Amino acid sequence: MSDITLDLARIMVVNRARWTTIEVAFWIAAAAGYFLFPAKLVLLTQMLIGGLFAMSLDLLLGYGGIASFGHAAFFGLGAYAAGLLAAHGWGEPLSGVLFGGLAAGGLGLAFSSVIAKVRGAAVLMVTLCIGLLLFEAASRMPWLTGGDTGLQGIDMWPLLGLFEFDLFGRTAFWYAYAVAFLLYLAARRYIHSPEGLALKGIRENHDRVPMLGVSTARRKMIAFTISATIAGMAGALLAQTTQIVALETLSFERSVAALIMLTVGGLGTLIGGFIGAATFIWARDVLSALNPVYWMFWLGLILIALMLTARGGLVGALTLLTNYLARERHPR
Amino acid sequence: MIARIVIVAAAMFAACISARADDRPLKIGWLMSYTGPGAAAGAASDAAIEVFFKTFGKSVAGRKIEIIRRDTTGPAPDVARRLAQELIVGEKVDFLAGMDYTPNTMAVAPLSTSAKVPLLIVNSATSGILAKHPFAVRFGFTTTEMAQQLATYASKQQFKSVYTFVHEYEPGLDAEAMFIREFKAAGGAIAGSVRAPLKATDFSAYIQRIKDANPDAVFVFMAAGELPPIFLRQFKEAGLDPAKIIGIGDITDESSLPAAGDAALGVVTAFHYTQTHESVANSEFARTYKSIAPDRPLNFMPVVAYDVLKAIYQVVEAQKGELNPDRTMELLKQTKFESPRGPISIDPATRDIVQTVYFRKVEKRDGQIVNVEFASTPDVKDPGSAR
Repeated sequence: MSDITLDLARIMVVNRARWTTIEVAFWIAAAAGYFLFPAKLVLLTQMLIGGLFAMSLDLLLGYGGIASFGHAAFFGLGAYAAGLLAAHGWGEPLSGVLFGGLAAGGLGLAFSSVIAKVRGAAVLMVTLCIGLLLFEAASRMPWLTGGDTGLQGIDMWPLLGLFEFDLFGRTAFWYAYAVAFLLYLAARRYIHSPEGLALKGIRENHDRVPMLGVSTARRKMIAFTISATIAGMAGALLAQTTQIVALETLSFERSVAALIMLTVGGLGTLIGGFIGAATFIWARDVLSALNPVYWMFWLGLILIALMLTARGGLVGALTLLTNYLARERHPR
Repeated sequence: MIARIVIVAAAMFAACISARADDRPLKIGWLMSYTGPGAAAGAASDAAIEVFFKTFGKSVAGRKIEIIRRDTTGPAPDVARRLAQELIVGEKVDFLAGMDYTPNTMAVAPLSTSAKVPLLIVNSATSGILAKHPFAVRFGFTTTEMAQQLATYASKQQFKSVYTFVHEYEPGLDAEAMFIREFKAAGGAIAGSVRAPLKATDFSAYIQRIKDANPDAVFVFMAAGELPPIFLRQFKEAGLDPAKIIGIGDITDESSLPAAGDAALGVVTAFHYTQTHESVANSEFARTYKSIAPDRPLNFMPVVAYDVLKAIYQVVEAQKGELNPDRTMELLKQTKFESPRGPISIDPATRDIVQTVYFRKVEKRDGQIVNVEFASTPDVKDPGSAR
C-alpha cells in the first residue's frame, strides 16, 4: 500500500474519532444539570447510570449488530456483586464497581463463546435465556439476594475516604458522572480502534470479514465481554448510589427499557444511549408525577411519535440540525 | 385527557401562587403503587384521600393540606427510595405516608430516619421493620399477629394437623414461622409446608401436595390481589373443601372476593377490617366512600389510608400547625380513636398498631359473597417475628 493511501486512511479514522458537538453538549449539559436541578440529583444520577447501561448495549447492537434481549442479566449481576460486597463489610465504592464489572464480565466471557457461534434470532433466544436464568436464580436464593425483599444493608464508605454519600445525592451524582464519563472515553477508544472497526465490519457484512483474515468469533467474544463488563459496572453504580438492589435489576423489563432508551437516542452513536436514557427517564418522571395512574399510556404514545418522526433516534435528528446550522454559518 | 393535564398544570401553578399567599402548605408525600400488580391499592387509597378531604376539609390548623402522590410501580425498592428522596429533598414534605409492599418500606424507612420525616405505613405487614426506624409508625397489620390468632383458633377447633401455604416473601415467611411455632406449642402437628413465589399464577402442584397430605386444615397467606381467587378456585376444583382453609384476610379481601365466587364459601380468615363490620363509624365511612367511588369495592386498604390521614390531621392540629418531628412522634404514639375497622391505638413502645382482630367466615348474603364476623380478639399487638 502506498503512503498516500495509508495517510488517507489515517485521516479518515481520525476524522471519525473526532468529538461531535452533540457529545460535548451532552456532557456539559449533564454537569450543568447538577446546578440547575439540585432537587433532582437522584434522578440525574439514574439517568447517567441508565445511559451507561444503554451504551453498553449499543456496543453490541449498534456496532456489532448483535441484539441482546437479556442484557439486564449483566446489569443485575454487577449490582448484586457490588451490593453483596458492600453488605458484607467492604463498602469501598471504586473497588466495588470494579468487582461488579469483573463479575458481569466473567459471566459475559463465559457466555460469549455461545453467542459467537449463533446468529440472528438464536442470539435473541440465548440472551433472553441468560436473563431469565439469572432472574430465576436470584429469586430462588433469598438467603443470598434477599429475594423479593431486595438486598438490604448496603453500607457505603466515603468516596476516596473523603466524600460521604449524602441524602441529597451530591456525592452520588459526581461519582456516577465520573465513572460514566471515564467508561464513555474507554468505549470511544474501543470503537475507534482497529478492534472496533472490525466489529463494525461484522455488522455490515458478517461473511466477508473472515476473508480479510479477521476472526468474527473472537471479535464478537471480545465485544460481548466488554459490553457485559460495562453493564455490570452500571449495575454496581446503581447498587451503590441507591444502597438497595431489587430483583427488578435483573428483569426482562430492565433489558427492554435499555433497548428503548437506545433506540430513542440513536443506535451506533454511543452518546445515543445516554441521550435516550435521559429523555426516557425524564419523560417517565414528569408523566408519572402529572398522572400517577395513566402515565404509561402517554409514555407509549410519545415513544411511538418519536420513532416515527426522528429517524436514527434523537442523535440522528440532532445531527441533521447541527449540520444544518454549520452550513448556515459557513456557506460554501 | 389533554384538557385534564392542562387543568392539572394550571391547578399546580395556582397552588404554587396561593401557597405563597396563605402560608406554607402541609405537604404529605404519598407513596403507593398506581401501576403494576398493586395498582388497585393505589386507586383505593386515592378514594380514601377524597373521603378524608370530604370529612375533614382541605386544611388543618391554618395550613392547606397538599398530598403529593407518587407511583412506586409495584414492589420496586429502588424506585420507592428515589421517590422518597425527591419528596424529602425537593418537595420538603412534612410527612411520608402510604407504602404498600414491604421491600419498598424497608428502602424508604432509613431515609425517614436520617431526614427525621415521620413515615406512616398503610400496608406493609412484615414484623420487624419498625424497630430500627424511630420515625416509622404502622397503621396496617402484621402477618405475625394474624397467624398467632389463627393458630389459637385452629387449636380451639381441635384440628390435629395443619398444612401451611404462604407466598415466599418476608410477610409470608413471618406468617409461616409464627403459625408453626404457636400451633406446635398448642399441641398441633404440621402436616407439611409449601411456599409459592410471588410471580406464580398456577397453584395446582402445591394444591396436589396439600391434598396428598390430607390435613385437617390449611393455613394460607397470600398477598392481596388477583392471585388468591385463582388459588381458591383451583383448591375447590381439586376436590378439596374450602371450609378447610384458615387464612389471613388478604385471601378473601373484598376486592377479589367476587372473582373467587362460590369457591370461597366457608373460608375462615382473621383480619383487621371487614366490610360488613357493624358500627356507626364504618357505615358512615362506607356511605361517603360509595358516594365517591361507587364502582370500587370497599376493603381494608382505603380504611387504613383514611386512618393514616386522620392521625396526621390530629397531630398537626395538636401542634397548631408548628411541626417538630420529635413532638410529632410523641403525639403519634398517643394516637387512639374509633376507626371504621373498630377501636385502634398505637403502642408507644413499638409504634405498631393495636387493634381488634376479627374472625370471619365467607358467606352468601342477598346474593353477595361477603365476609361475616363471628368472633374477635380485642387489643391485639404485634407479637414480633418468630424467625
